[in-house]
Amino acid sequence: MIKLQVEDFDVSRELSVMLSGHKQVGGVCTFVGLVREYDSSEPLNSLTLEHYPEMTKKELIKIEKQAKEKWTLKDSLIIHRYGRLVPSDQIVFVATASAHRSDAFNSCEYIVDYLKTRAPFWKKEEYKSRVKWVEARSSDEDALNKWEEVAN
Amino acid sequence: MKLLYFAWIRDDIGLDGEEISLPDGVKTVGELIILLKSRGESYERGLRASEELKVAVNLEYANLDTPISDSDEVAFFPPVTGGKND
Repeated sequence: MIKLQVEDFDVSRELSVMLSGHKQVGGVCTFVGLVREYDSSEPLNSLTLEHYPEMTKKELIKIEKQAKEKWTLKDSLIIHRYGRLVPSDQIVFVATASAHRSDAFNSCEYIVDYLKTRAPFWKKEEYKSRVKWVEARSSDEDALNKWEEVAN
Repeated sequence: MKLLYFAWIRDDIGLDGEEISLPDGVKTVGELIILLKSRGESYERGLRASEELKVAVNLEYANLDTPISDSDEVAFFPPVTGGKND
């Protein structure tokens, strides 16, 4: 399931909703992404996430589907927030549930790696005296290479 | 045709989107970029970094050779930003 929302999420509640009725889940792997300060010398006031809603939804559905094709999952959940956030706020939640742990671990990391480079989100940082768009990182692209190797 | 601009491309162009009618002879994303850049300094600035410019046609990632038509939605945006050092 995919959720794009402004409001915060409660991890334990999301998990209990996701797992209700699943009797064959042996493990769940979860990832929670948080807003953090990159540079301790300059306090970050806020981070505003902008996105392209229809395309974001489409890309996240695609990423979730690819993960389900690669690994045996009983269920999965991706929550991504947008709008104005402050340091320590939760931005993203990924949960993958499977019978065996390796499917849950691997698919969770795969989803996080892909959503960081495929989902059309852009971040604007607001500092005391300036506002700056965050630039893309090549290390995020590099993170995808390991999955290409797995596929081969 | 519906055009959408995101992030700093929107800031540079000064619009989040617009409707245009596609002239004859503009058949690809690359030709559309050339057309838009000819519309003035703000477009020139917004679309300057062509190697870093991402384009989607009807919600799918596209490239300079992707064909376009007047009924398409074309979005221009910078590379997506997942985060830093993580």
